[in-house]
Amino acid sequence: MRYDELPPKQGLYDPGFEHDSCGVGFVCNIKGVKSNLIVRQGIEVLNRLAHRGAVGADPKTGDGAGILIQIPHEFFKKVARNNKIDLPDLRSYGTGLIFFPQDTEERKFCKEIFERVVREEGQTLLGWRPVPIDDFGIGKSAKSTEPCFEQIFIEIGKNLNDELSFERKLYVIRKRVENIIRESTLKQKKSFYITNISCRTFSYKGLLMPNQLENFFLDLKDESISSALCLVHSRYSTNTFPTWDLAQPFRFLAHNGEINTLRGNVNWVSARERLLTSELFGTDIEKLKPVIVKGGSDSAAIDNFFELLVLSGRSLEHAMMMLIPEAWEHNNFIDNQLKDFYKYHACFMEPWDGPAAIAFTDGLRIGAVLDRNGLRPARYIVTKNDFVVMASEVGVLDINPEAIKTCGRLEPGKMFFIDTELGRIVHDLEIKKDVSGRQPYGKWNAENMVDFDKLANIGITNRQKNENIIADLKAFGYSREDVKVILKPMAEEGKEPVGSMGNDTPHAFLSKKPQVLFNYFKQLFAQVTNPPIDSIREKLVMSLESYIGPEKNILEETPGHSHKIRVKNPILTDEELRNLRDISINSFKAKTIYTFFDSSGGGDLFRQTLERICFEAEYAIEKGYSFIILSDRGSDKERIALPSLLAASAVHHYLVKKTIRSQVAIIVESAEPREVHHFALLFGYGADCVNPYLAYEAIEYFINEGEINIDLKSALKNYGKALSDGILKILSKMGISTLRSYRGAQIFEALGLNDEFIEKYFTGTVSRIGGVGLDEIQGEAIARHRSAYNENIGEEAYLPSGGVYQWKKDGEFHLWNPESIAALQDSTRNNDYSGYKKFAAMIDDQSCNPTTLRSLLKFKKTEPIPVSEVESAESIMRRFATGAMSFGSISALAHETIAIAMNRIGGKSNTGEGGEDPNRFVTLPNGDSRRSAIKQVASGRFGVTINYLVNADEIQIKIAQGAKPGEGGQLPGHKVNEIIARTRYTTPGVTLISPPPHHDIYSIEDLAQLIFDLKNANPNARISVKLVSEAGVGTVAAGVAKGGADMILISGGDGGTGASPRSSIRYAGLPWELGLSETHQTLLLNSLRSRVRLQTDGQMRTGRDVAIAVLLGAEEYGFCTAVLIVSGCVMLRHCHLNNCSVGVATQDDILQKRFRGRPEYIVNYFRFVAEDMRRIMASLGLRTIDEMVGRTDLLEMNNDVNCLKAKGVDYSKILYKPDLPDGVGRHYTSKQKNSLDSVLDRKLINLSKDALERNGQVKIILEINNTNRATGTMLSGEVIRRCGDGVLLEDTITCNFLGIAGQSFGAFLTKGVTFELEGMANDYIGKGISGGKIIIYPDRRTHYNSDENIIIGNTAFYGAISGEAYICGIAGERFCVRNSGLHAVVEGLGDHGCEYMTGGRVIILGRTGRNFAAGMSGGIAYVYDEDKTLKDRCNMDMVKLETIKESDKETLYNLIHNHFKYTNSKKAKRILDNMHAELKNFVKVMPIEYKRILEGVKIEEKLDLKEALDG
Amino acid sequence: MGDIKGFLKIARQGPCYRPVCERIEDFKHVLKPRPEKQSEEQASRCMDCGTPFCHWGCPVGNYIPEWNDHMFHGRWDKAVTLLEATNNLPEITGRICPGLCEYACVLGLNDDAVTIRENELAVVEFGFKNGLIKPSRPRLKTGKKAAIVGSGPAGLSCAAELNKMGHSVTVFERDDKPGGILRYGIPDFKLEKYIIDRRIDIWKKEGVVFKTGVDIGEDYPFDKILDEFDAVLLAGGSRVPRDLDIEGRMLKGIHFAMDYLTQSNRRIAGEKIPKDKLIDAKGKKVVVIGGGDTGADCVGTAHRQGADCVVQIEVLPKPPECRSPKHPWPIYPAILKTTSSHEEGGQRHWEVVTKRFIGENGIVKKISCMKGHEEFEIAADMVILAIGFVHPEHSKPLTDLKIGLDERGNIKTDSKFMTSIDKVFSAGDMRRGQSLVVWAISEGRSSANCIDKYLMGEK
Repeated sequence: MRYDELPPKQGLYDPGFEHDSCGVGFVCNIKGVKSNLIVRQGIEVLNRLAHRGAVGADPKTGDGAGILIQIPHEFFKKVARNNKIDLPDLRSYGTGLIFFPQDTEERKFCKEIFERVVREEGQTLLGWRPVPIDDFGIGKSAKSTEPCFEQIFIEIGKNLNDELSFERKLYVIRKRVENIIRESTLKQKKSFYITNISCRTFSYKGLLMPNQLENFFLDLKDESISSALCLVHSRYSTNTFPTWDLAQPFRFLAHNGEINTLRGNVNWVSARERLLTSELFGTDIEKLKPVIVKGGSDSAAIDNFFELLVLSGRSLEHAMMMLIPEAWEHNNFIDNQLKDFYKYHACFMEPWDGPAAIAFTDGLRIGAVLDRNGLRPARYIVTKNDFVVMASEVGVLDINPEAIKTCGRLEPGKMFFIDTELGRIVHDLEIKKDVSGRQPYGKWNAENMVDFDKLANIGITNRQKNENIIADLKAFGYSREDVKVILKPMAEEGKEPVGSMGNDTPHAFLSKKPQVLFNYFKQLFAQVTNPPIDSIREKLVMSLESYIGPEKNILEETPGHSHKIRVKNPILTDEELRNLRDISINSFKAKTIYTFFDSSGGGDLFRQTLERICFEAEYAIEKGYSFIILSDRGSDKERIALPSLLAASAVHHYLVKKTIRSQVAIIVESAEPREVHHFALLFGYGADCVNPYLAYEAIEYFINEGEINIDLKSALKNYGKALSDGILKILSKMGISTLRSYRGAQIFEALGLNDEFIEKYFTGTVSRIGGVGLDEIQGEAIARHRSAYNENIGEEAYLPSGGVYQWKKDGEFHLWNPESIAALQDSTRNNDYSGYKKFAAMIDDQSCNPTTLRSLLKFKKTEPIPVSEVESAESIMRRFATGAMSFGSISALAHETIAIAMNRIGGKSNTGEGGEDPNRFVTLPNGDSRRSAIKQVASGRFGVTINYLVNADEIQIKIAQGAKPGEGGQLPGHKVNEIIARTRYTTPGVTLISPPPHHDIYSIEDLAQLIFDLKNANPNARISVKLVSEAGVGTVAAGVAKGGADMILISGGDGGTGASPRSSIRYAGLPWELGLSETHQTLLLNSLRSRVRLQTDGQMRTGRDVAIAVLLGAEEYGFCTAVLIVSGCVMLRHCHLNNCSVGVATQDDILQKRFRGRPEYIVNYFRFVAEDMRRIMASLGLRTIDEMVGRTDLLEMNNDVNCLKAKGVDYSKILYKPDLPDGVGRHYTSKQKNSLDSVLDRKLINLSKDALERNGQVKIILEINNTNRATGTMLSGEVIRRCGDGVLLEDTITCNFLGIAGQSFGAFLTKGVTFELEGMANDYIGKGISGGKIIIYPDRRTHYNSDENIIIGNTAFYGAISGEAYICGIAGERFCVRNSGLHAVVEGLGDHGCEYMTGGRVIILGRTGRNFAAGMSGGIAYVYDEDKTLKDRCNMDMVKLETIKESDKETLYNLIHNHFKYTNSKKAKRILDNMHAELKNFVKVMPIEYKRILEGVKIEEKLDLKEALDG
Repeated sequence: MGDIKGFLKIARQGPCYRPVCERIEDFKHVLKPRPEKQSEEQASRCMDCGTPFCHWGCPVGNYIPEWNDHMFHGRWDKAVTLLEATNNLPEITGRICPGLCEYACVLGLNDDAVTIRENELAVVEFGFKNGLIKPSRPRLKTGKKAAIVGSGPAGLSCAAELNKMGHSVTVFERDDKPGGILRYGIPDFKLEKYIIDRRIDIWKKEGVVFKTGVDIGEDYPFDKILDEFDAVLLAGGSRVPRDLDIEGRMLKGIHFAMDYLTQSNRRIAGEKIPKDKLIDAKGKKVVVIGGGDTGADCVGTAHRQGADCVVQIEVLPKPPECRSPKHPWPIYPAILKTTSSHEEGGQRHWEVVTKRFIGENGIVKKISCMKGHEEFEIAADMVILAIGFVHPEHSKPLTDLKIGLDERGNIKTDSKFMTSIDKVFSAGDMRRGQSLVVWAISEGRSSANCIDKYLMGEK
């Protein structure tokens, strides 16, 4: 296969899933002085960011690199002359680098189009210049697609008289040419690309590695090329396909990050296109459409839109503040003028949400902005001689320390901006004051915006009693379980319902029970390429607020733009809805459109009704209605309602396609939605507000019936709160912060819906296996409706069973049912293979009750071989692993039993999150070992010490788990007993929170860094990454493979032991069949498959399950629930209640004693599975697993399955086998190359010989720079291996470094090692520090004040276990997150400091950022709070602020004294000198729970049972 | 589930019986009603398992965890509703069901099972006491007519269900009162007959027509039934007792258990039995052959009649007290069952083979038995054979119709309960062979669903 470009969509691979993420930076002379040096320095920055980019299967092909500079006029004038072009003055000509097809004819064609369009637009084409290149050094695959490079010169036409009009014209020309060529029939049109045509800026970029750029473009070697600024970008893409056009910078910006809400943003942009008009563009505006070019990356899309905003008259800063606003909603530090600005713009622009560091320039001004969460690093240095360097890392340019004026970092939501015309840095506050003061936004808002809360309340009418409520509930699919399991906990406690043990019921499209349409959709979630957010602890960035009502032209600013209703909560009460319906102020008016139809009608009822409501909606817009209420109120026996989701989405998409969607708000009034998932779907498909009236009625009814025990008012309030919190959680899973950007973003994948249905009503949603369509959905809805009102059935005063969460005879089918559970237990206990076969038959033959995707598959008939020729059961069993169940979620005995069993068969057990007792590393006298081969590293980093890592055969980075991907966990304090606390290095009784993201993985390059860190910690262990199946997981996996992982685990979304929110168990994550197959295919297409092993898990039970996993591409197989069942679990599904009556999933002393599992049973089970496998292999004629991997040709659809709804299902994408040449490895064959040989630690280890061999003292002095990453980690591992844990005395190995340290400096630093750094450090210093000591102070030659300048990056000391740290300077965001026991002193820090901390002491001799101490359950922080603002910056949910007490003085004094002693800190000196008086400036931040424990107050045992246990 | 730790706090309190000395004097219920408070407490032991094995073990699929939960929370009315949803005769199963559910109870794995049967009884009796169980006529009539032949638990359940669905149902019973084995087979001390009457009254008010004293095939031609009704259910039970064909079987004083129990029940109901037909244990040495539930009923009855002594022998070995690996949880195990009747006296012997009956003057006097290689005799002037039933009576209408039978002599049906003859269905012991009351109810309900589909023309 020739790699021409991104391969087209094939099988499960879809180029639409590609992600990239990168290093970004710029250098600039503040005064605008041009020089060649700036360009050289830019290139240097790019080179030093190289480790943040990636290389694919072809080691010389990078993912893209580029620079953007001011037009180097002198240079161009010179070279143009050589091409016989005489350039006019700067700004009077536009130029740009164009990528052309290699084919001469096609190239000629393109050029002719250019010439024509330039002429038609009234400009003059000066000519073309072939751009000299040298492609000697570039990679093979880059070369294979290399375009032709030419430079265009266009002179300003007579019709234009200013520079900006010329820029606009150049933009029009570019868009026109792009559109024409996109529509053309050129074969190589994908090679055509216009980087940028401008009279100000010029970019050089391509599919290159950073260090190839200057050798490739020979121009860059010319010393006359000069600029006052240089924007650089190095790309890390998940794919390895050579795509020249996706290299950055784009026209205006370079982006490091990911736009999570892209689909919504793009839809909304096109929804607004109809209204676009601009005086500046006049009739040219039509030529710019579509504004966003299809097929670009997310970064390209935001560049497209940013360009439009800027060129139509908004300033750079203004446009950026519209697209990426800071978190202003709940921020008290933002003044009203600015809030009004944001509020005004929120009326017509939803945030482009996601992690982002964006650097942007128009050639005169250059700046950078960070997303509201601050999820990307951006550090800058300003020198005394007006020079600025900003980049994802510090240390990318050697700067004389003496020259440094300030060292800073970009803070969340803040902008860093330089105006070279003004010749100065414009500070964030100033920019925002300026921009927000340009118009009287506050006045406009006040005059036009209506606060929903303030709408006249017409008085509460008594709700009519619904006499027929049971029938209505039945008609909308309510079951008794919905009441008991969903509504009740929400209404009584205001909390999300929690459950356990995954999902083993049929997918909606396989179920024989009528399903609500919501059930066909699965929530998507963030993994690796962007982080999920903690919507509870970081609620300050979250918002449900929205502004509904018709929109205006986005290119203008008028008072009427804020003519909107401000809705704080989009879930409307009945009263609120009525207010909206009756609205008459400010010319708002609402139109109710009923979504039901008469059941007596025949034929295409759904289609007709959908057409009717879409038409009515369009008509309502014409008539000037501002709100459409899609209502099913009043549906009854004769009148059947459309599924609310279908109605809402159909209308939304209809209006989007008509480009009139933004002129109206869609309100859904429906009996159907009741669960969080339902609401999320309605919003995700375009609803502005939802009123769930029947859910309210149901709550009232069941309160009266005594089944919900709380008063109605509180119940409704709680229910509303549970819904809002739940929706925020679903948003945050995808890393989205605001409902405004989530609305219409369609963050879902459909399972079992056919293409026609999706294309028409859910346009753009991924649905990969086809399935049912409108007719079947209609059939289901009508059948359910009829049976609900079936009068023959007398008066049944109860709802149907449900049986989804609890097995019921008359309920939904479960694969784990009493018979299968009993059969599995009996056969494994009695070592009875025939019993196992009976069990396997119950699972494998789902022909009557198809449940899983694989139930529709069967093996093809092939020539069998004797079983004796198949590889042995022993060798197959080595591929088995058990899932990550923490000791904490299951009992110690259960955990150890599993470990022993797996060690006996040569498989691997998994620690789960929560560490492992070091005693288990020692082999038992009988030869058994309780040591888990796989050590998991999860977001909480509990118990992740260097010793733990060294004792691993495999280290698994858990990105997501099947039961609740994208979410964190919580082990409530009352469950943290002595032994759990010990293995997790915390205090008994202290609540342990695992954050949703790994705070050191916000992007793919971060993951590569963590993999690198862990490889350093234990070079012998393989590193695996656990992902959960969803659309696009294959692409993520490709990125992970490029990041150096040895194994990738694709978990199914159905699996999961332990506790999770019920909505996540059912609705998040997809089956492993899809994820595995997609991953296998994508890795094959990328030639990465042979570098990694693939594992899969999620409801694996039998040999057939395993065989299908092999055929779909997996080499290893994980088991979880089955192993627990073999160990005695009977699916009580009470894991979250700590109440497991069989002693498996409990920490209760009495119940633990009831555990009856034995390693033998588990060994029996795995042997059965392996034997079962061997028989299948023999029947397929296969001797080894290796030859079996990926043989999808041996599978076919089983058409004998008894399931009507499955008829339209098509697995061809799952069974797709990419057509690749023979040489491409189809399974794991070769080890990942790693770069461990050259790490600085090799030197450190050599120099530490004395210490390692004789425990002697060693002193080392070395220089360091930002490419030295994870310094000290390999050394620490070596210390543990050679000397043992905790053996070395303090300061045995002392290293003094000079310079700027790379990421993860001192990660997992072990006891006995002291690192002293004179200089600065980047992100992640001291992560997982395990007893070491880290001292950092500025270069002694600097002159600035340490407490005013940043010295270390973000997420320092994440998951610290113990040790000491003295940081003479300010730290970035998230300092000491999840600190277990480190003692640290620092002189100031960014946002989210000490988040989730459970132990240790942190002293901050300066200001903290916002949201300090969020989720902090243990440890103590002392903050030097001179200006008394801490209380506003501190998250007070779990802590109290106290004054310093006598008992604190010693700690304070000692640590500050050490700080001074080690770092010579001036601030420490000042405080120490006046200690007595200064004490009153300190505030003690004390977790409430921790205080109780320290004070020895016995906490009354509170059975807060609804809290989730981590898995 | 209100108290998730309930099972750790509260101990099982099994059924509470009247004192032996008192209860042995009459035929009233031996079981004492349980205070509601105690029932609520016992209900709190239910763990509301995610996979309720009890619910699986129960042939009618009672929503056990759900009504336990309602009961625990004092929502007795809800419990009644849900209990009635799956079981037409909970007041019967609540008294006499061996409790398959309890053997499947998850708590029973390592602790004492929840008192499910007792809880069921408490719920249903609460319902009666508080007027919650009352007639409710179907809203709509379908105009279809169904005949039920036999008024045992299967026939009754099917009748009740079909009636609920709007069909017109007539139940034919050849005895003078409906109830079948419930009325005539089960002694009053386990099931007083007003319990049955109470339920029949409700059904009558709901519209079910009972025609007693009508022997279909004899008194009423089957063709006529086929003419008059749209569907017919045969639910005549499995009434042919297994016999012991050994020497001395012809001696007087040897009776089938069902004859003995039926007569006793009739006498309690006030019927006069001619002296020559009387089977009375008073002053006799009674031997009950057969160690099952019927045998136990005979033991209890004999004691109440004033037997001199009662010996019960069983050919199989004494079952273990606990589950053996052969009968793993959650299946209904063969273990030693000691009923209330056994508490009232008598001896039990296992692995005893009855070799022959020895009589004097044509009347049995003793039986000769073997245990292992040892031969011995037991004095007996009344012997009751309680060794089960073989199949339904092969009399009219079965013989007339030449209805298809299975290899055991039971009526053969397809999976939809239809016999070899169109529109004729069969359910209960007549179809599946001798079994438990709860299975009969289950059969009755399932067959009702099939008959309904048949009547309404659904495929």
